Amino acid sequence: MAGRPSNAHFLQQLQRYYSFYTGGFVAFVVMVGILEMLGVSIKILGYIFLFATILLYAGIGFMAKTADVSEYYVAGRRVPALFNGMATGADWMSAASFIGMAGTLYLTGYDGLAFVMGWTGGYCLVALFLAPYLRKFGQFTIPDFLGARYGGNIPRLIGVFATILCSFTYVIAQIYGVGIITSRFTGLEFTIGVFVGLAGILVCSFLGGMKAVTWTQVAQYIILIVAYMIPVVWLSVKHTGNPVPQISAYTSALPKVSALEKEFNDPETAKGRAEESVRQIFRERAAAARDRLQGLDAGGSEFLVSEKAKLAEELKTLKGTVPINYRAIEAAEKALRQFPADIATARTAWSADEAIKARAGPVKPHAEAFAAKDEVGRDIARKNFLALVFCLMVGTAALPHILMRFYTTPSVEQARRSVFWSLFFIFLLYVTAPALAILVKFEVYSNLVGTSFAQLPAWVSNWAAVDKTLMNITDINKDGLVQLAEVVIGGDLVVLATPEIAGLPYVISGLVAAGGLAAALSTADGLLLTIANALSHDVYYKIIDPNAPTTRRLVVSKSLLLLVAVVAAYVTSLKPGDILFLVSAAFSLAASAFFPALVLGIFWKRANQLGAILGMVAGLGICMYYMIQTYPFFGINAAKWWGINPISAGIFGVPTGFIGVVIGSLISPAPSREIQALVDYVRYPNLKGDTA
Amino acid sequence: MPLTEKHREYWHRNLKLTSLLLAIWFLATFVVSWYARELNEIVLIGPLGFYMGAQGALIVYVLIIWYYARRMNQMDKQYGVQEGDE
Repeated sequence: MAGRPSNAHFLQQLQRYYSFYTGGFVAFVVMVGILEMLGVSIKILGYIFLFATILLYAGIGFMAKTADVSEYYVAGRRVPALFNGMATGADWMSAASFIGMAGTLYLTGYDGLAFVMGWTGGYCLVALFLAPYLRKFGQFTIPDFLGARYGGNIPRLIGVFATILCSFTYVIAQIYGVGIITSRFTGLEFTIGVFVGLAGILVCSFLGGMKAVTWTQVAQYIILIVAYMIPVVWLSVKHTGNPVPQISAYTSALPKVSALEKEFNDPETAKGRAEESVRQIFRERAAAARDRLQGLDAGGSEFLVSEKAKLAEELKTLKGTVPINYRAIEAAEKALRQFPADIATARTAWSADEAIKARAGPVKPHAEAFAAKDEVGRDIARKNFLALVFCLMVGTAALPHILMRFYTTPSVEQARRSVFWSLFFIFLLYVTAPALAILVKFEVYSNLVGTSFAQLPAWVSNWAAVDKTLMNITDINKDGLVQLAEVVIGGDLVVLATPEIAGLPYVISGLVAAGGLAAALSTADGLLLTIANALSHDVYYKIIDPNAPTTRRLVVSKSLLLLVAVVAAYVTSLKPGDILFLVSAAFSLAASAFFPALVLGIFWKRANQLGAILGMVAGLGICMYYMIQTYPFFGINAAKWWGINPISAGIFGVPTGFIGVVIGSLISPAPSREIQALVDYVRYPNLKGDTA
Repeated sequence: MPLTEKHREYWHRNLKLTSLLLAIWFLATFVVSWYARELNEIVLIGPLGFYMGAQGALIVYVLIIWYYARRMNQMDKQYGVQEGDE
């Protein structure tokens, strides 16, 4: 592969193509902007963005169609480092990174940084332990490496199982993201949105496999990074006059946010007093709900009847009072109408009312780490923060759809560089997300809080009208002014509303939606291909029919791709709950299953088949066991080990995996000479080139 | 193919570089985060503990990978284990 004279030429050609492409895309956005000024409706602009980008991806996929096995599985191993970096960036950054991350940071402050660090620092492990060696090994999938290094079909099959387990949970969340974005911006139904997006994914990977996916992902990266940056830079200029949000957020916005936080929490100040009056109302409501719940426990259905009678009595008194207070009567009638009919609904409704006390607490300072009410709580928060960072990092270095990308570079040298470019391109977005969160917080704290309800900013009333889960604002203490405690913001709002907050035209909102779509589609592409390849290459070709001709291998692979995509879309359309947990769980699962066996396979010659089997099964087993024991969804709710949350189960799975590989290897004979030679082959970029 | 002394030295130096960079990674990630509350008392560009999590650590990661790629690609040539010319 190396030494192919066309590589330098190919790189030049790619640079030219993608420069034209970027220029063309900018021209397209400008054109849509002009259409907007001409008065074309927002809905039509949404459709233009949706279909133009999906058509574009499909077009690239069509141009990159291939019938060559190496091109289908590893893009012909000629993707230059820079471009593989962009493709990996798009592959990596999902809808959660693009839309969710800044929102998580907005809502949780420091604690959300676990995701920022975890999803970038993992690339250090990829660079130091895996990418160059996997590239030298140079096969097609991750189970391939396990199969060759440890011999026999069992390690390979465990690898296939773990690949499917973590990639499938992950892909469902991506397709879900596609459905949400398309339905929000075009008004299509969620299920239709899912299948429209899926069609775009399929045309691309179906025709050209990894080759098409790679070149589409490069195109998607360019769209998503442009879409993310424009509004943030604009917002930064608007608020601080500084076009570099990564600096202005810390030097100018964060100090002001911190000062406002102090004011909100200090009842001596005017703002603090107003906040306190809202919190007082929440506390009273929660206390009333608690009393009712206690009454329900003691009195059962009798209590329910007497409560209802009390309400009816109140209404009667209200109606008899002069002057007549229509608003109070209306409220009382509503309360009576909605009064729970039986004990079970009463319990649910009043528990929900009691939960409102969560909003009665003081504002959590944005930069405060491990906030909790006492030292013990802070200690648990700190442990969980570090455990989550650890799991996300090791998981990053073990997710097959990412590792697979490093098979596609022309050489080991390029693989090393390509990890650098990957992290660099990911870094651009991840370093911006915390800054965006601070800038939006600044907007809310300084401009939204204190304005009158009669003159809410346009973006607030727009989003409150569209989606109550994203923006919910009510005048609780009836003073006509907005207090922070009266505003409930959904995380996704932060990215989606930034263009409007910054005062940009709708075309930029459309661009952001296109960026979110690009992020979700590119990740889904990579994941679907990974699952289909594990089945077609590792199970069908390597185990069932090693003599299968090329054409049949590709037919099997493509049919499986179609099947997996349809199953994934079907599962998504059922809208399974707990998607966020599933995604994070994928990291712990991948970390526990793959990381020990892969790393020791390269760095420890003595590691052998029994070790790999033991390590992978034990690591994955402990990880799954802990999740099932402690995650509320499974209903067991056993005590947590050292207070670690189920999301970070990998903190137990990974060490178990390592111990498993070591014990299993030491109690059985050393691997054969051929396998030890394979380890040497993988460790040196070129053994024959020994010129000494 | 049997390994020469030179090959072993290459691998040894690779392991040393890898451990060094891993130690920096560990420091920037886990040690700094452990003391985040204390570091937040120091304010340079924002509170230091927060800044390190939001930007500092990320910059360190990018530099680690950049240095590893550069150094290893040099060492390949130095030890004659580089791949054929591109």
